[in-house]
Amino acid sequence: MLTIAGTVPDPDAGLIIGRVALVNSVIRMDGKSVPVNRGTPALLGAAIQTLSVFGKMDIQGILAGDIGLGTGSRRLYQYLVNEATLSGISTIVFHYLQPDVDWHNKILFKLNDMEVKPVMIADAGFMYAAKMSGQATHYDLFTPDAGELAFLADEIAPHPFYTRGFILHTDNKMTDLVQRAYEHENAAQYLLVKGSTDYIMNQTGLLFSVDSPSVESMEAIGGTGDTLTGIVTALISTGMNIPEAAYAAAKINRIAGLYANPTPATQVIEIITQIPRAVEHVLKEDYEGA
Amino acid sequence: MFKFNLFKKKVLPSSVQDASHANFGILVFENTSEVIQAEKLLKSKGWNISVKGPPPEIQSGCDLVIQFPLIEQLNILRLLENSRIEPLQVVSVAGPMLKPVDLFQVKDLGDFLMVRAANMKLTIEKQTTLIVNISGGGCPDVPYLAYEMVGKPLFSCPRPLDIGHTLCGYALGLAFEEMQKRCSQ
Repeated sequence: MLTIAGTVPDPDAGLIIGRVALVNSVIRMDGKSVPVNRGTPALLGAAIQTLSVFGKMDIQGILAGDIGLGTGSRRLYQYLVNEATLSGISTIVFHYLQPDVDWHNKILFKLNDMEVKPVMIADAGFMYAAKMSGQATHYDLFTPDAGELAFLADEIAPHPFYTRGFILHTDNKMTDLVQRAYEHENAAQYLLVKGSTDYIMNQTGLLFSVDSPSVESMEAIGGTGDTLTGIVTALISTGMNIPEAAYAAAKINRIAGLYANPTPATQVIEIITQIPRAVEHVLKEDYEGA
Repeated sequence: MFKFNLFKKKVLPSSVQDASHANFGILVFENTSEVIQAEKLLKSKGWNISVKGPPPEIQSGCDLVIQFPLIEQLNILRLLENSRIEPLQVVSVAGPMLKPVDLFQVKDLGDFLMVRAANMKLTIEKQTTLIVNISGGGCPDVPYLAYEMVGKPLFSCPRPLDIGHTLCGYALGLAFEEMQKRCSQ
């Protein structure tokens, strides 16, 4: 089963655990409604839309209400470490969570102790914690954007906010930053770097890059990175290998963006709505190109 | 059947033990009296802080510092500022010489303008100065800040430095101030 762990910006939401569905542009789980704006609900929405094309809807969400005070994230960490049964999880993605190295390590130890370790994906705050912990290589996939890649490449920075200027500078080649991240063991087995060109890389170098269709306004739209992580996660959960899933996901996200005909003021739900059509387009292209 | 490792005591590798320090920042104050006041205030609000000796890289301040959860820097500084106990310096334990990001990337998107600071991006519509989108970031206050700010005018919406809580909120605050500066010119 695919499991998605993250937060929603509602301090009163508590801990919500259950199967997820997308109904009238709203995430429904455990009898509660979660609006799809950006962050983890956008990731969930994209994953649901992607799997719907495959006729699969089996996604477990573990969401905590958190507006940045960390209380909800710590409740979720506590649940995963002390209460949750992780068996049956084949793919797990950790997302917008308050970075906390100690809790991260407890969760990682529990996952590493499983008889069959799931495919492990981290993005956003949990990816920051994974890097800070020095345990990034235990993960199968990270999905950073350009600013986050610079943070992974800076072996000292404890958060993107403290990334050193000479690394953050836009003149740096993306491939050099990836190499630096791998040299210091601050990257997962695979990286999907989100940007005007999406790069799929591992320790050996560049595997794929995707730069079309190019929809410039997508960079400004909150949640388009989350949708890409949601799509790649869903594809991996179907059994697709990671680099191919990342390549297909980058294409799907861009095509969904193109179909939405966005401006920088477009909201991400308009792109999520287009994902099934984009998945079908890419699968058909793949089939015809085979 | 039980797995043997169920009963093994978990020993953290030294790299993990070292890395756990990356969680923390240091508040440097002018004198010990301020350290004591700050410690009392922060502990009374439930923060997980401790008083330590300063690392050798710190040249200023007294011979005590407060170690705090770095990710919550914005929240803690706001509390200290409101109580008029402002630190001389705030640094990261992982790299005491590191400074907050001060590089801004600005992108002209036709009718829209986007400013990026570190991992945070803020976009406005030029004509109206309405905030139309906020993207990037990874801490849980980012979706909350977006909810509070998107659709509101740049010069009258809530400031991320006032309502944010984490370092992502802080980075968005810097992008927000840079955008205000550019739109005031």
